[in-house]
Amino acid sequence: MITTDILIIGAGPTGLFTVFEAGLLKLKCHLIDALPQPGGQCSEIYPKKPIYDIPAYPEILAGDLTDKLMEQCKQFEPGFTLGERAETIEKQEDGSFIVTTNKGTKHKAPVVAIAGGLGSFEPRKPLIDNIADYEDKGVEYMIKEPEMYRGKKVVIAGGGDSALDWSIFLADVASEVTLIHRRNEFRGHLDSVEKLQELKSASKINLITPAEVIGLEGEQELESVVIKQETKVFKKECDHFIPLFGLSPKLGPIADWGLEIEKNAIVVNNALDYQTNIPGIFAIGDVNTYPGKLKLILCGFHEATLMCQAAYQIINPGKRYVLKYTTVSGVDGFDGTRKEAPKAVVKAIE
Amino acid sequence: MSRLILENQDVNITIIDRDGVTHKIEAPTDMAMNLMEVIRSYELAPEGTIGVCGGMAMCASCQCYVLSDTELPKMQDDEEAMLSEAFYVKENSRLGCQIPITPELEGLEVELAPES
Repeated sequence: MITTDILIIGAGPTGLFTVFEAGLLKLKCHLIDALPQPGGQCSEIYPKKPIYDIPAYPEILAGDLTDKLMEQCKQFEPGFTLGERAETIEKQEDGSFIVTTNKGTKHKAPVVAIAGGLGSFEPRKPLIDNIADYEDKGVEYMIKEPEMYRGKKVVIAGGGDSALDWSIFLADVASEVTLIHRRNEFRGHLDSVEKLQELKSASKINLITPAEVIGLEGEQELESVVIKQETKVFKKECDHFIPLFGLSPKLGPIADWGLEIEKNAIVVNNALDYQTNIPGIFAIGDVNTYPGKLKLILCGFHEATLMCQAAYQIINPGKRYVLKYTTVSGVDGFDGTRKEAPKAVVKAIE
Repeated sequence: MSRLILENQDVNITIIDRDGVTHKIEAPTDMAMNLMEVIRSYELAPEGTIGVCGGMAMCASCQCYVLSDTELPKMQDDEEAMLSEAFYVKENSRLGCQIPITPELEGLEVELAPES
Protein backbone atom coordinates (compact mmCIF):
# COMPACT_ATOMS: atom_id res chain seq x y z
CA MET A 1 0.00 0.00 0.00
CA ILE A 2 1.37 3.39 -1.03
CA THR A 3 0.61 6.07 1.56
CA THR A 4 0.90 9.81 1.09
CA ASP A 5 -0.65 13.11 2.20
CA ILE A 6 -2.26 14.19 -1.05
CA LEU A 7 -3.03 11.58 -3.68
CA ILE A 8 -3.19 13.34 -7.03
CA ILE A 9 -5.04 11.69 -9.88
CA GLY A 10 -3.57 13.01 -13.10
CA ALA A 11 0.06 14.00 -13.69
CA GLY A 12 -0.60 16.90 -16.06
CA PRO A 13 0.54 20.49 -15.39
CA THR A 14 -1.99 21.07 -12.60
CA GLY A 15 -1.14 17.82 -10.82
CA LEU A 16 2.60 18.47 -11.07
CA PHE A 17 2.32 22.02 -9.73
CA THR A 18 0.23 20.69 -6.83
CA VAL A 19 3.31 18.76 -5.71
CA PHE A 20 5.25 22.01 -5.42
CA GLU A 21 2.56 23.95 -3.56
CA ALA A 22 1.91 21.01 -1.23
CA GLY A 23 5.64 20.70 -0.61
CA LEU A 24 5.80 24.27 0.66
CA LEU A 25 3.26 23.19 3.28
CA LYS A 26 5.34 20.08 4.06
CA LEU A 27 2.72 17.80 2.51
CA LYS A 28 3.86 14.84 0.43
CA CYS A 29 2.22 13.87 -2.87
CA HIS A 30 1.84 10.78 -5.00
CA LEU A 31 0.47 10.91 -8.55
CA ILE A 32 -1.44 8.31 -10.55
CA ASP A 33 -1.71 8.63 -14.32
CA ALA A 34 -3.03 6.33 -17.02
CA LEU A 35 -0.31 7.47 -19.40
CA PRO A 36 3.19 6.01 -19.10
CA GLN A 37 4.79 9.47 -18.71
CA PRO A 38 3.93 12.66 -16.79
CA GLY A 39 2.65 15.79 -18.56
CA GLY A 40 -0.90 14.79 -19.50
CA GLN A 41 -2.13 16.31 -22.74
CA CYS A 42 1.01 18.47 -22.94
CA SER A 43 3.26 15.45 -23.37
CA GLU A 44 0.78 13.09 -25.04
CA ILE A 45 -1.01 15.26 -27.60
CA TYR A 46 1.04 18.36 -28.31
CA PRO A 47 4.58 18.25 -26.83
CA LYS A 48 5.98 20.26 -29.74
CA LYS A 49 3.30 22.96 -29.74
CA PRO A 50 4.15 26.35 -28.23
CA ILE A 51 1.99 27.75 -25.41
CA TYR A 52 1.84 31.55 -25.18
CA ASP A 53 -0.25 32.18 -22.05
CA ILE A 54 1.90 30.81 -19.24
CA PRO A 55 2.78 33.82 -17.09
CA ALA A 56 6.41 34.92 -17.57
CA TYR A 57 6.94 32.54 -20.51
CA PRO A 58 6.30 34.51 -23.71
CA GLU A 59 6.53 31.14 -25.46
CA ILE A 60 7.17 27.63 -24.17
CA LEU A 61 6.72 24.24 -25.81
CA ALA A 62 4.22 22.02 -24.01
CA GLY A 63 6.88 19.33 -23.61
CA ASP A 64 9.30 21.85 -22.12
CA LEU A 65 6.63 23.09 -19.71
CA THR A 66 6.25 19.52 -18.47
CA ASP A 67 10.03 19.23 -17.99
CA LYS A 68 10.12 22.53 -16.09
CA LEU A 69 7.27 21.49 -13.80
CA MET A 70 9.01 18.18 -13.10
CA GLU A 71 12.21 20.07 -12.28
CA GLN A 72 10.33 22.50 -10.03
CA CYS A 73 8.63 19.79 -7.98
CA LYS A 74 11.55 17.31 -7.93
CA GLN A 75 12.81 18.40 -4.49
CA PHE A 76 9.50 17.38 -2.98
CA GLU A 77 10.07 13.81 -4.13
CA PRO A 78 6.68 12.97 -5.60
CA GLY A 79 5.83 9.31 -6.07
CA PHE A 80 4.36 8.13 -9.37
CA THR A 81 2.09 5.28 -10.38
CA LEU A 82 2.20 5.62 -14.17
CA GLY A 83 0.46 3.62 -16.88
CA GLU A 84 -2.34 2.73 -14.45
CA ARG A 85 -5.83 4.16 -14.28
CA ALA A 86 -7.44 5.10 -10.96
CA GLU A 87 -10.39 2.75 -10.83
CA THR A 88 -12.10 2.72 -7.43
CA ILE A 89 -12.17 4.82 -4.29
CA GLU A 90 -13.19 3.70 -0.80
CA LYS A 91 -13.62 5.97 2.16
CA GLN A 92 -12.09 4.56 5.38
CA GLU A 93 -13.40 4.92 8.92
CA ASP A 94 -10.57 7.31 9.76
CA GLY A 95 -11.72 9.61 6.95
CA SER A 96 -8.92 8.68 4.56
CA PHE A 97 -9.38 7.20 1.11
CA ILE A 98 -8.03 4.11 -0.61
CA VAL A 99 -7.72 4.45 -4.37
CA THR A 100 -7.06 1.29 -6.38
CA THR A 101 -5.87 1.27 -9.97
CA ASN A 102 -6.90 -1.05 -12.80
CA LYS A 103 -3.74 -3.06 -12.04
CA GLY A 104 -4.62 -3.39 -8.37
CA THR A 105 -2.09 -0.92 -6.95
CA LYS A 106 -3.51 0.54 -3.73
CA HIS A 107 -2.92 4.07 -2.48
CA LYS A 108 -4.02 5.57 0.83
CA ALA A 109 -4.29 9.29 1.59
CA PRO A 110 -6.36 11.66 3.75
CA VAL A 111 -6.84 13.97 0.76
CA VAL A 112 -7.49 13.11 -2.88
CA ALA A 113 -7.01 15.77 -5.56
CA ILE A 114 -8.46 14.88 -8.93
CA ALA A 115 -6.47 16.72 -11.59
CA GLY A 116 -7.57 14.45 -14.37
CA GLY A 117 -8.00 16.97 -17.18
CA LEU A 118 -10.45 15.62 -19.72
CA GLY A 119 -10.10 12.14 -18.26
CA SER A 120 -7.82 9.22 -18.85
CA PHE A 121 -6.60 8.57 -22.35
CA GLU A 122 -8.20 5.49 -23.87
CA PRO A 123 -7.35 4.06 -27.27
CA ARG A 124 -9.77 4.93 -30.06
CA LYS A 125 -11.22 1.67 -31.29
CA PRO A 126 -12.05 1.19 -34.97
CA LEU A 127 -15.67 0.57 -35.90
CA ILE A 128 -15.44 -3.14 -36.66
CA ASP A 129 -18.54 -5.06 -35.50
CA ASN A 130 -16.95 -8.02 -33.74
CA ILE A 131 -13.71 -6.36 -32.58
CA ALA A 132 -14.61 -6.74 -28.90
CA ASP A 133 -14.73 -10.54 -29.34
CA TYR A 134 -11.02 -10.60 -30.19
CA GLU A 135 -9.71 -8.16 -27.60
CA ASP A 136 -6.68 -9.83 -25.96
CA LYS A 137 -7.24 -12.77 -28.36
CA GLY A 138 -5.18 -11.20 -31.09
CA VAL A 139 -6.42 -7.61 -31.00
CA GLU A 140 -4.42 -5.11 -28.95
CA TYR A 141 -4.88 -1.35 -29.00
CA MET A 142 -1.55 -0.59 -27.35
CA ILE A 143 1.78 -2.36 -27.53
CA LYS A 144 2.92 -3.12 -24.03
CA GLU A 145 5.15 -6.16 -24.51
CA PRO A 146 6.84 -6.03 -27.93
CA GLU A 147 8.35 -9.47 -27.29
CA MET A 148 4.94 -11.13 -27.53
CA TYR A 149 5.02 -10.43 -31.27
CA ARG A 150 8.27 -12.31 -31.86
CA GLY A 151 7.88 -14.64 -34.82
CA LYS A 152 4.21 -13.68 -35.27
CA LYS A 153 2.30 -12.26 -38.20
CA VAL A 154 1.19 -8.76 -37.30
CA VAL A 155 -1.19 -6.35 -39.01
CA ILE A 156 -1.03 -2.72 -37.88
CA ALA A 157 -3.57 -0.06 -38.91
CA GLY A 158 -3.12 3.70 -38.73
CA GLY A 159 -1.19 6.51 -40.35
CA GLY A 160 0.34 8.52 -37.52
CA ASP A 161 3.55 8.36 -35.55
CA SER A 162 2.70 5.38 -33.40
CA ALA A 163 1.60 3.23 -36.36
CA LEU A 164 4.81 4.15 -38.17
CA ASP A 165 7.13 3.72 -35.21
CA TRP A 166 5.74 0.37 -34.15
CA SER A 167 5.70 -1.01 -37.70
CA ILE A 168 9.36 -0.10 -38.01
CA PHE A 169 10.20 -1.57 -34.60
CA LEU A 170 8.28 -4.81 -35.14
CA ALA A 171 9.81 -5.33 -38.60
CA ASP A 172 12.80 -6.85 -36.75
CA VAL A 173 10.73 -8.79 -34.24
CA ALA A 174 7.66 -10.20 -35.97
CA SER A 175 7.84 -12.75 -38.79
CA GLU A 176 5.68 -10.48 -40.94
CA VAL A 177 4.48 -6.88 -40.55
CA THR A 178 1.68 -5.41 -42.62
CA LEU A 179 0.78 -1.76 -42.30
CA ILE A 180 -2.63 -0.66 -43.51
CA HIS A 181 -3.68 2.95 -43.89
CA ARG A 182 -6.62 4.69 -45.49
CA ARG A 183 -4.39 7.01 -47.48
CA ASN A 184 -1.12 6.71 -49.35
CA GLU A 185 0.34 9.52 -47.25
CA PHE A 186 1.62 9.08 -43.71
CA ARG A 187 1.88 11.75 -41.06
CA GLY A 188 4.99 11.33 -39.00
CA HIS A 189 8.56 12.42 -38.44
CA LEU A 190 10.46 12.63 -41.70
CA ASP A 191 13.00 10.00 -40.62
CA SER A 192 10.25 7.48 -39.75
CA VAL A 193 8.56 8.01 -43.10
CA GLU A 194 11.89 7.50 -44.87
CA LYS A 195 12.66 4.41 -42.80
CA LEU A 196 9.27 2.97 -43.69
CA GLN A 197 9.98 3.56 -47.35
CA GLU A 198 13.30 1.75 -46.96
CA LEU A 199 11.73 -1.25 -45.16
CA LYS A 200 9.01 -1.46 -47.76
CA SER A 201 11.56 -1.48 -50.57
CA ALA A 202 13.49 -4.22 -48.74
CA SER A 203 10.19 -6.19 -48.42
CA LYS A 204 10.45 -6.13 -44.63
CA ILE A 205 7.08 -4.40 -44.29
CA ASN A 206 4.02 -4.98 -46.44
CA LEU A 207 2.28 -1.70 -47.07
CA ILE A 208 -1.37 -1.80 -48.10
CA THR A 209 -2.83 1.61 -48.98
CA PRO A 210 -5.34 3.14 -49.45
CA ALA A 211 -7.13 0.45 -47.51
CA GLU A 212 -8.78 -0.40 -44.25
CA VAL A 213 -9.56 -3.42 -42.13
CA ILE A 214 -13.31 -4.00 -42.24
CA GLY A 215 -13.65 -7.40 -40.57
CA LEU A 216 -11.99 -9.91 -38.26
CA GLU A 217 -12.17 -13.69 -38.46
CA GLY A 218 -11.07 -16.62 -36.34
CA GLU A 219 -12.52 -19.53 -34.32
CA GLN A 220 -11.25 -18.91 -30.78
CA GLU A 221 -8.57 -16.40 -31.54
CA LEU A 222 -7.90 -13.99 -34.38
CA GLU A 223 -6.84 -15.83 -37.52
CA SER A 224 -7.25 -13.23 -40.27
CA VAL A 225 -8.37 -9.72 -41.06
CA VAL A 226 -10.63 -8.70 -43.93
CA ILE A 227 -9.15 -5.81 -45.88
CA LYS A 228 -10.92 -3.46 -48.26
CA GLN A 229 -8.60 -1.79 -50.74
CA GLU A 230 -10.54 0.53 -53.01
CA THR A 231 -13.00 -1.88 -54.68
CA LYS A 232 -11.19 -5.11 -53.71
CA VAL A 233 -11.99 -7.08 -50.57
CA PHE A 234 -9.58 -9.78 -49.44
CA LYS A 235 -8.40 -11.70 -46.39
CA LYS A 236 -4.99 -11.66 -44.80
CA GLU A 237 -3.87 -14.28 -42.30
CA CYS A 238 -2.40 -12.89 -39.10
CA ASP A 239 -1.86 -13.61 -35.40
CA HIS A 240 -2.29 -10.05 -34.23
CA PHE A 241 -4.19 -6.97 -35.32
CA ILE A 242 -3.03 -3.72 -33.73
CA PRO A 243 -5.17 -0.67 -34.59
CA LEU A 244 -3.29 2.51 -33.63
CA PHE A 245 -5.70 5.40 -34.13
CA GLY A 246 -4.61 7.58 -31.25
CA LEU A 247 -6.09 8.12 -27.83
CA SER A 248 -9.13 10.02 -26.72
CA PRO A 249 -9.82 11.19 -23.17
CA LYS A 250 -12.72 9.67 -21.24
CA LEU A 251 -13.76 10.66 -17.73
CA GLY A 252 -13.94 6.92 -17.10
CA PRO A 253 -14.34 5.31 -13.66
CA ILE A 254 -14.16 8.69 -11.84
CA ALA A 255 -17.66 9.33 -13.15
CA ASP A 256 -18.87 6.53 -10.84
CA TRP A 257 -17.28 7.81 -7.64
CA GLY A 258 -20.43 9.57 -6.43
CA LEU A 259 -19.16 12.99 -7.41
CA GLU A 260 -21.51 15.61 -8.78
CA ILE A 261 -20.88 15.77 -12.53
CA GLU A 262 -21.99 18.44 -14.95
CA LYS A 263 -20.92 18.91 -18.58
CA ASN A 264 -18.43 16.00 -18.28
CA ALA A 265 -16.67 17.78 -15.41
CA ILE A 266 -16.72 17.58 -11.61
CA VAL A 267 -18.69 20.31 -9.84
CA VAL A 268 -16.67 22.10 -7.13
CA ASN A 269 -17.18 24.94 -4.71
CA ASN A 270 -15.00 27.56 -6.34
CA ALA A 271 -15.57 30.23 -3.72
CA LEU A 272 -13.38 28.37 -1.28
CA ASP A 273 -11.08 25.53 -2.17
CA TYR A 274 -12.34 23.43 -5.12
CA GLN A 275 -13.70 20.72 -2.87
CA THR A 276 -16.23 18.38 -4.47
CA ASN A 277 -19.49 17.20 -2.91
CA ILE A 278 -17.42 14.56 -1.07
CA PRO A 279 -15.36 16.16 1.74
CA GLY A 280 -11.67 15.36 1.32
CA ILE A 281 -11.93 14.96 -2.45
CA PHE A 282 -10.97 18.01 -4.49
CA ALA A 283 -11.07 18.57 -8.24
CA ILE A 284 -8.64 21.01 -9.86
CA GLY A 285 -7.71 22.04 -13.39
CA ASP A 286 -9.62 21.13 -16.53
CA VAL A 287 -11.53 18.33 -14.78
CA ASN A 288 -13.66 20.66 -12.64
CA THR A 289 -16.45 23.08 -13.38
CA TYR A 290 -17.96 26.07 -11.58
CA PRO A 291 -19.55 29.33 -12.68
CA GLY A 292 -17.00 31.22 -14.71
CA LYS A 293 -14.66 28.24 -15.14
CA LEU A 294 -11.91 28.59 -17.74
CA LYS A 295 -9.95 25.54 -18.85
CA LEU A 296 -6.50 27.09 -18.80
CA ILE A 297 -3.25 25.76 -17.39
CA LEU A 298 -2.73 28.97 -15.44
CA CYS A 299 -6.15 28.62 -13.80
CA GLY A 300 -5.22 25.06 -12.81
CA PHE A 301 -2.10 26.40 -11.06
CA HIS A 302 -4.22 28.85 -9.06
CA GLU A 303 -6.74 26.17 -8.13
CA ALA A 304 -3.97 23.80 -7.03
CA THR A 305 -2.54 26.46 -4.74
CA LEU A 306 -5.82 27.17 -2.96
CA MET A 307 -6.64 23.47 -2.72
CA CYS A 308 -3.34 22.75 -0.90
CA GLN A 309 -4.28 25.22 1.85
CA ALA A 310 -7.53 23.32 2.44
CA ALA A 311 -5.66 19.99 2.34
CA TYR A 312 -3.32 21.31 5.03
CA GLN A 313 -6.29 22.01 7.31
CA ILE A 314 -7.66 18.50 6.79
CA ILE A 315 -4.30 16.85 7.43
CA ASN A 316 -3.28 19.15 10.30
CA PRO A 317 -6.56 20.16 11.95
CA GLY A 318 -6.24 23.27 14.09
CA LYS A 319 -2.53 23.66 13.37
CA ARG A 320 -1.61 27.27 12.70
CA TYR A 321 -0.02 28.35 9.48
CA VAL A 322 0.37 31.57 7.60
CA LEU A 323 1.15 32.02 3.94
CA LYS A 324 4.86 32.46 3.38
CA TYR A 325 6.73 33.79 0.38
CA THR A 326 9.43 31.71 -1.28
CA THR A 327 11.49 34.90 -1.73
CA VAL A 328 11.62 35.23 2.06
CA SER A 329 11.52 31.65 3.31
CA GLY A 330 13.24 29.85 0.47
CA VAL A 331 12.28 26.29 -0.40
CA ASP A 332 13.21 23.30 1.75
CA GLY A 333 13.08 20.12 -0.30
CA PHE A 334 12.19 16.73 1.15
CA ASP A 335 15.43 15.54 -0.42
CA GLY A 336 17.45 17.69 1.97
CA THR A 337 18.13 20.47 -0.53
CA ARG A 338 17.50 24.09 0.34
CA LYS A 339 17.01 26.97 -2.03
CA GLU A 340 17.15 30.52 -0.72
CA ALA A 341 17.97 34.02 -1.78
CA PRO A 342 21.59 34.96 -1.12
CA LYS A 343 21.94 37.08 2.01
CA ALA A 344 22.71 40.73 1.48
CA VAL A 345 26.17 41.75 2.56
CA VAL A 346 26.29 44.08 5.52
CA LYS A 347 29.64 45.76 5.59
CA ALA A 348 30.84 49.25 6.30
CA ILE A 349 32.48 51.08 3.44
CA GLU A 350 35.71 52.61 4.60
CA MET B 1 -25.04 53.19 -37.39
CA SER B 2 -22.51 51.28 -35.33
CA ARG B 3 -25.18 48.71 -34.52
CA LEU B 4 -25.66 48.15 -38.23
CA ILE B 5 -21.97 47.52 -38.71
CA LEU B 6 -22.01 45.01 -35.89
CA GLU B 7 -24.93 43.15 -37.42
CA ASN B 8 -23.14 43.02 -40.73
CA GLN B 9 -20.30 41.16 -39.05
CA ASP B 10 -22.43 38.16 -38.18
CA VAL B 11 -23.06 35.25 -40.51
CA ASN B 12 -26.00 32.87 -40.33
CA ILE B 13 -25.11 29.23 -39.91
CA THR B 14 -27.32 26.16 -39.51
CA ILE B 15 -26.02 23.39 -37.29
CA ILE B 16 -27.63 19.99 -36.80
CA ASP B 17 -26.44 18.62 -33.46
CA ARG B 18 -25.69 14.98 -32.60
CA ASP B 19 -29.32 14.46 -31.52
CA GLY B 20 -30.58 15.63 -34.90
CA VAL B 21 -31.85 19.00 -33.60
CA THR B 22 -31.44 21.91 -35.99
CA HIS B 23 -30.05 25.20 -34.64
CA LYS B 24 -29.98 28.42 -36.65
CA ILE B 25 -27.29 30.59 -35.14
CA GLU B 26 -25.38 33.78 -35.79
CA ALA B 27 -21.61 33.73 -35.62
CA PRO B 28 -19.30 36.74 -35.36
CA THR B 29 -16.71 37.16 -38.09
CA ASP B 30 -14.48 39.55 -36.15
CA MET B 31 -13.42 37.37 -33.20
CA ALA B 32 -11.05 35.00 -35.01
CA MET B 33 -13.34 32.10 -34.15
CA ASN B 34 -13.63 28.85 -36.00
CA LEU B 35 -16.68 26.67 -36.51
CA MET B 36 -15.78 24.33 -33.62
CA GLU B 37 -15.52 27.29 -31.25
CA VAL B 38 -18.85 28.69 -32.38
CA ILE B 39 -20.48 25.32 -31.71
CA ARG B 40 -18.93 25.33 -28.23
CA SER B 41 -19.98 28.92 -27.57
CA TYR B 42 -23.60 27.94 -28.25
CA GLU B 43 -23.11 24.70 -26.24
CA LEU B 44 -24.47 22.57 -29.08
CA ALA B 45 -22.33 19.60 -28.00
CA PRO B 46 -21.39 18.71 -24.42
CA GLU B 47 -18.08 20.07 -23.18
CA GLY B 48 -15.41 17.43 -23.39
CA THR B 49 -16.93 15.87 -26.50
CA ILE B 50 -15.88 18.57 -28.97
CA GLY B 51 -12.66 20.49 -29.46
CA VAL B 52 -10.78 18.08 -27.21
CA CYS B 53 -7.36 19.02 -28.61
CA GLY B 54 -8.25 22.71 -28.49
CA GLY B 55 -8.39 23.15 -32.25
CA MET B 56 -5.10 21.76 -33.56
CA ALA B 57 -6.60 19.24 -36.01
CA MET B 58 -5.30 16.51 -33.73
CA CYS B 59 -8.40 14.75 -32.42
CA ALA B 60 -11.32 14.94 -34.92
CA SER B 61 -13.86 15.49 -32.13
CA CYS B 62 -15.21 18.48 -34.11
CA GLN B 63 -15.77 16.50 -37.30
CA CYS B 64 -18.86 17.66 -39.18
CA TYR B 65 -20.56 16.97 -42.48
CA VAL B 66 -21.00 19.96 -44.77
CA LEU B 67 -24.54 19.91 -46.17
CA SER B 68 -24.64 23.19 -48.10
CA ASP B 69 -22.56 23.98 -51.17
CA THR B 70 -20.85 26.86 -49.37
CA GLU B 71 -17.32 27.41 -50.57
CA LEU B 72 -14.92 26.54 -47.77
CA PRO B 73 -11.18 27.06 -47.35
CA LYS B 74 -9.17 24.27 -48.92
CA MET B 75 -8.20 21.41 -46.66
CA GLN B 76 -4.62 21.58 -45.37
CA ASP B 77 -2.38 18.54 -44.91
CA ASP B 78 -2.93 18.20 -41.16
CA GLU B 79 -6.71 18.23 -41.48
CA GLU B 80 -6.56 15.67 -44.28
CA ALA B 81 -4.21 13.48 -42.24
CA MET B 82 -6.45 13.63 -39.18
CA LEU B 83 -9.56 12.79 -41.19
CA SER B 84 -7.74 9.82 -42.69
CA GLU B 85 -7.47 8.37 -39.18
CA ALA B 86 -10.90 9.43 -37.89
CA PHE B 87 -14.05 7.33 -37.80
CA TYR B 88 -17.46 7.96 -39.46
CA VAL B 89 -15.70 9.92 -42.20
CA LYS B 90 -17.72 10.77 -45.32
CA GLU B 91 -16.98 12.60 -48.57
CA ASN B 92 -18.25 15.86 -47.05
CA SER B 93 -16.39 15.57 -43.73
CA ARG B 94 -14.46 18.56 -42.40
CA LEU B 95 -12.95 19.49 -39.06
CA GLY B 96 -14.83 22.45 -37.58
CA CYS B 97 -11.65 23.80 -35.99
CA GLN B 98 -10.11 24.29 -39.42
CA ILE B 99 -12.95 26.47 -40.74
CA PRO B 100 -12.55 30.11 -39.73
CA ILE B 101 -15.75 32.15 -39.50
CA THR B 102 -15.69 34.59 -42.42
CA PRO B 103 -18.45 36.46 -44.31
CA GLU B 104 -18.17 33.82 -47.06
CA LEU B 105 -19.75 31.27 -44.69
CA GLU B 106 -23.18 32.98 -44.83
CA GLY B 107 -25.79 30.23 -45.18
CA LEU B 108 -23.44 27.36 -44.24
CA GLU B 109 -25.23 24.22 -43.08
CA VAL B 110 -23.40 21.45 -41.22
CA GLU B 111 -24.22 18.35 -39.23
CA LEU B 112 -22.04 17.19 -36.34
CA ALA B 113 -20.52 13.74 -36.83
CA PRO B 114 -21.10 11.16 -34.07
CA GLU B 115 -18.83 11.16 -31.06
CA SER B 116 -16.02 8.59 -31.29
